Amino acid sequence: MNDIIQVLACGLLMGLVYALIALGLTLIWGVVEIVNFSHGDFMMVAMYLVFTLYSFLHLDPLFSLPLVAVAMALIGIMVHKLLIRPVLKAPMLAQIFVTFGLMIFLRGLAQFIWGPNYKVIPNVLISGSAMIGPIYLGWPQLMAGLGAVLGTIGVIWFVHRTETGRGLRATAEDRETAGLMGIDPERMFAWTWAIGIGSLGIAGALLANFFYIFPEVGGVFGLIAFVTVALGGFGSVGGAFAAGIIIGLVQVLSGFFINPAIKDIPVYSIYLLIVILRPQGLLGKF
Amino acid sequence: MENIRKALVQSSWGYKLLALFFLSLLLYPFIITNPYWINLMITVLMFVALGQSWNWLGGYAGQISFGQAAFFGLGAYTSTVLLIRFHVNPWIGMGAGAVVAVAVAFVIGYPVFRLKGHYFAIATIALGEIVRIAFDNWKVVGGASGLELPLLRSSLLNFEFVSKVPYYYIALALALVAYGVTFWIEHSRLGYYLRAIKEDADAARSLGINLTRYKFAALMLSAMMAAIMGTFHAQYYLFIDPPSTMGLDLSILISLVAVIGGVGTFWGPLVGAFVLIPISELTRSFLGGSGQAYNLILYGGLIIAVAVLQPGGLWALFQRLGKREVSGPMPPAPKKEESHAAP
Repeated sequence: MNDIIQVLACGLLMGLVYALIALGLTLIWGVVEIVNFSHGDFMMVAMYLVFTLYSFLHLDPLFSLPLVAVAMALIGIMVHKLLIRPVLKAPMLAQIFVTFGLMIFLRGLAQFIWGPNYKVIPNVLISGSAMIGPIYLGWPQLMAGLGAVLGTIGVIWFVHRTETGRGLRATAEDRETAGLMGIDPERMFAWTWAIGIGSLGIAGALLANFFYIFPEVGGVFGLIAFVTVALGGFGSVGGAFAAGIIIGLVQVLSGFFINPAIKDIPVYSIYLLIVILRPQGLLGKF
Repeated sequence: MENIRKALVQSSWGYKLLALFFLSLLLYPFIITNPYWINLMITVLMFVALGQSWNWLGGYAGQISFGQAAFFGLGAYTSTVLLIRFHVNPWIGMGAGAVVAVAVAFVIGYPVFRLKGHYFAIATIALGEIVRIAFDNWKVVGGASGLELPLLRSSLLNFEFVSKVPYYYIALALALVAYGVTFWIEHSRLGYYLRAIKEDADAARSLGINLTRYKFAALMLSAMMAAIMGTFHAQYYLFIDPPSTMGLDLSILISLVAVIGGVGTFWGPLVGAFVLIPISELTRSFLGGSGQAYNLILYGGLIIAVAVLQPGGLWALFQRLGKREVSGPMPPAPKKEESHAAP
């Protein structure tokens, strides 16, 4: 019994991080109407930035988190201006392949700069594990779960409670009409990319505390983000949050009851089942 | 049939050029005997066939897939398992692999074709990864450590040779088959329907074209060709494992060959394979382990450039450059290309 509680708690904490990662993807999808195939790989870049700040300045991931989040937000804006804007009106093929190419490019770049080997940050400020009732949980994981919740709340607050957030939602709803109301879509797109990629800075820094860092680390996280977004409903922020937790739980439970090596098969199957049987997802609007 | 005969008789010199090109490739092993360069050309020809197989589904039918390696792997595994366990001749195994791939395509095609655009593309990634993870953990087929093929006497019947030259001619023949099928698609009812579906699915449906049926046809042809190439790969390397035969990397490379060359064009996969594969092989052999990083940067950069600047791929670029200099008869692809560039 304790084993199952232990496993569920681990899944829950990981699921919270998945939710934060999926949030940016669903936001970009909803507002800019671009599917970012390189989403997971931007998180990989964030993890490497955290690693680099640690190795040169001995800056703990906890302190480099805000720096990396801001850096990622700026990278997000740059990507939008340089690569996404030219294909906004292009055929779908070009839209798919521009972020797909970015994914390959970022993996190559990471391998070129940091090499193909696995990296870990050895002495993080927050380490060890806590005993909570009958189970043990690592402090880094607990912090990742908590940080992801705070990050998610922050993004939801921004989207729902600020003037810019209202503009984002209006643009997602109807780009043309929002434009007529004086909302500059171009500015909204830049904001969306800043938040969408910036939140990956938070997720990357939280994960860097306990996860291996390697050039392909974004691959699985990116795919899981797609599953999460599909399950939650495309463009739905609240749905992504619930779906992230479900995915985290499904992953650990299938690892626990079947075999850890195949824990992603049920996750990918969820994507297929959802898009085929209930394309609007759990909380989707359309 | 009438269309095909007409096209052959009137074949503009684009096709004659292609025929000449394949004829000159017949001489390649006589001129170049170094195994390294023969191996390089075998790989190029494999990717001509694979890129073209992707092109039928992704280009002509407009269904962008990142799971082509799953069919390739199914072909490789079917013939290899049959050979190891039941001593089935690899040529028969090749046919069996094609049948398995088509059967799998048939089963997954129905639900997956209900998805459009991005949803379809992501679904193919998910399916490909499910197949790879399953094979990685399936002990019966060797799991993650893969399968080694038994060494047999070098002969055409055994599909095993000491020299690379026979493999070269088989690869050339398979690339030619892929081009034959492409020629057939371009000049058959299937090709016209596929093009109509891609240009405007709703208009095509209202004209009474059964969309699913023709997309299915493209998918099955595509799966069959990929599986055949999978068996070729197994017989050539005499070793298969899940990452090298069904990994996402392979699926991506197959799609890149077609996209960089020119999606939905007759020439695209040929141009793409002859540009990408030598670059990849040469950087790997001259730069060693770090070559892969350069490859990825180059592939990624190229694909971004193609997507942002020239969605028609290198083939469209060549045409634009060509038009400036010569205004003679052009190969037949250009007309279609213009309409494909901005659907």
